[in-house]
Amino acid sequence: MDIKAWTYLIVGLSFALYIGIAIATRVRSTAGFYVAGQGVPAVFNGMATGADWMSAASFISMAGLISFMGYTGSVYLIGWTGGYVLLALLLAPYLRKFGKFTVPDFVGDRYYSNVARVVAVVCAVFVSFTYVAGQMRGVGVVFSRFLEVDINTGVVIGMVLVFVYATLGGMKGITYTQVAQYTVLIIAYLIPAVAISYQMTGNPVPQIGFGSAINSGERAGVYLLEAIDQIHRDLGFPEYTGAFGEGNKSMIDVFAITLALMVGTAGLPHVIIRFYTVKSVRAARWSAFWALLFIGLLYTCAPAVATFARVNLIQTLHERSYTQRPQWYQSWEQTGLIAWVDKNGDGLIQYGPGSAFVGKPMVSQDDNGEPVLGPSGEPRLSNETTANGNELYVDRDIMVLANPEIANLPAWVVALVAAGGLAAALSTAAGLLLVISSSLSHDLGKRILNPQMSERAELTYARIAAGGAVVIAGYFGINPPGFVAQVVAFAFGLAASSFFPIIILGVFSKRTTREGAICGMLAGILFTAGYIVYFKAIQPGASAEDWWLGISPEGIGTVGMVLNFVVAIAVSRFTPAPPPEVEAQVERLRMPGDA
Amino acid sequence: MNEQAKEEQGTNSSAYWRANLRILGVLLCLWFGSGCVLSIFFVEPLNEIQLAGFPLGFWFAQQGTIYVFIVLILVYALMMDRLDRKHGVGEDR
Repeated sequence: MDIKAWTYLIVGLSFALYIGIAIATRVRSTAGFYVAGQGVPAVFNGMATGADWMSAASFISMAGLISFMGYTGSVYLIGWTGGYVLLALLLAPYLRKFGKFTVPDFVGDRYYSNVARVVAVVCAVFVSFTYVAGQMRGVGVVFSRFLEVDINTGVVIGMVLVFVYATLGGMKGITYTQVAQYTVLIIAYLIPAVAISYQMTGNPVPQIGFGSAINSGERAGVYLLEAIDQIHRDLGFPEYTGAFGEGNKSMIDVFAITLALMVGTAGLPHVIIRFYTVKSVRAARWSAFWALLFIGLLYTCAPAVATFARVNLIQTLHERSYTQRPQWYQSWEQTGLIAWVDKNGDGLIQYGPGSAFVGKPMVSQDDNGEPVLGPSGEPRLSNETTANGNELYVDRDIMVLANPEIANLPAWVVALVAAGGLAAALSTAAGLLLVISSSLSHDLGKRILNPQMSERAELTYARIAAGGAVVIAGYFGINPPGFVAQVVAFAFGLAASSFFPIIILGVFSKRTTREGAICGMLAGILFTAGYIVYFKAIQPGASAEDWWLGISPEGIGTVGMVLNFVVAIAVSRFTPAPPPEVEAQVERLRMPGDA
Repeated sequence: MNEQAKEEQGTNSSAYWRANLRILGVLLCLWFGSGCVLSIFFVEPLNEIQLAGFPLGFWFAQQGTIYVFIVLILVYALMMDRLDRKHGVGEDR
């Protein structure tokens, strides 16, 4: 069987599994729809949280990003795992004890204010939509690359699938499909990683392999990381393992981005909401542990994959003749993820710092629509070339997607990677859609507009809201707004500067008042949003010197968070204390059990 | 519930909360120490030390700190289980 047949088979089987789970777990109550009846065992919730959290970006893009960033790529590793420590210690147990269904539920009740509730709803919906558009796009991209269908068809198939299991099973359906999706995605990630680690270093454990010596070729016996540092020096890149300095981010920026990602992770509503689904405070703590263990399995593997891919890429391409390019290069060339311009006309591929040309590769076509070929047989590009010596364009996503082919693994492994990428994108999309649905039907519909609504009606609205959200997400997947890439920073910055501080204060400081919370949230969001919009939209050409304190828009959520804390605490001091019943409620939050 | 029992419960819950805050304080210091101090602030001097094929600072940033985070949550869950039992607020087990 060829790659395509295997892909249809494995992807088809995984989809059948998800639909089967959805039918088996369909629900009839709002508690079932919003929080899976609060009966999910800790280990399963850990797996579901892992799949919920690890998106198309974690699965497909992260290793590639690290591969091009070296040490600086650690911001994603530290940020996206360190956030779980905050979540486990500062949020999860108390939010579980609070009960209820959503994050705006907590904000609205703790701060005895519907204004605070509305602000929270707006933030939750905005953050989730930002995120979900990227996921649907990811589904389309995986489909088009592996199954050779149109990207838009891929998005529609993904929409239908999510629609079925999200509206039928709600949180319960999503939870158990996420458990299955975690299993698929982790297997799909580990198999190629283990194989490549074994091939390059003789050690099958990638986490140890990338600190071992290369086992064959001209650099045999040299530590892999030493070899890559040497290669980087030779080609004029900053050292792979080196930090800060020329060509890298500054220490304060690395710190700010890491902290913004950690706090943002802990403040993302679709992650927080997972901890409402377990049966007790104790189970919430333990499921945070299982979640990070399952996430850590992929996250400790990713930097190893990044290093292997980097060494492989340069060794197999740099100063090699284009006509003798490896097989994987040929098969991925058509997707436009890798391209070459022969600037010096020597027929050899030269790789170095800087981009080879402006923009994404655009192949010139003749009158018959056939690509025009250059002297070495390469598709000729119409892009404007740059002045540097680099001739190679590499999309970072190729580092994971082409991995199995680079390692000469069998066709079914390639198919498994496709299923894994889809599992990662679909599971995250479903989790986000549920947040949107519950924010609209529960927080806005039931809690604000019509408190008398019956459970049946609310459940119907929840299903309609989920369905509507799927359609809107699909629309954005098909017509991606140009700003999607930029707004990811926005989602984290917003989560970091809005929810995180006021949830923490809500639990740990009884004196925090309604006015303090609202002012804090608004100050945090407006500052963070203003800074990001200014540098991403109004002044996109601004350089690092213009940044305040040298902090990039990606890291500014850290400052927004501090601002939120300061404003909330200060305003609370000058406003009347919260009513006694709220203080009593906070007392109850702090203790597990029924007391 | 009589006055005395109420008072006892109040002392018990504030003792529980103080112990909880102590645990959080220690674990969060370790969290910051591993994730920020070792992995970011002191990465350059630590990179002078070699751990098998890894410069130590780089290893912390891309591997070590993730293991530390997992262990921190494990220790937290275990210590809180013990605290729950000590204060008689344990749930289902």
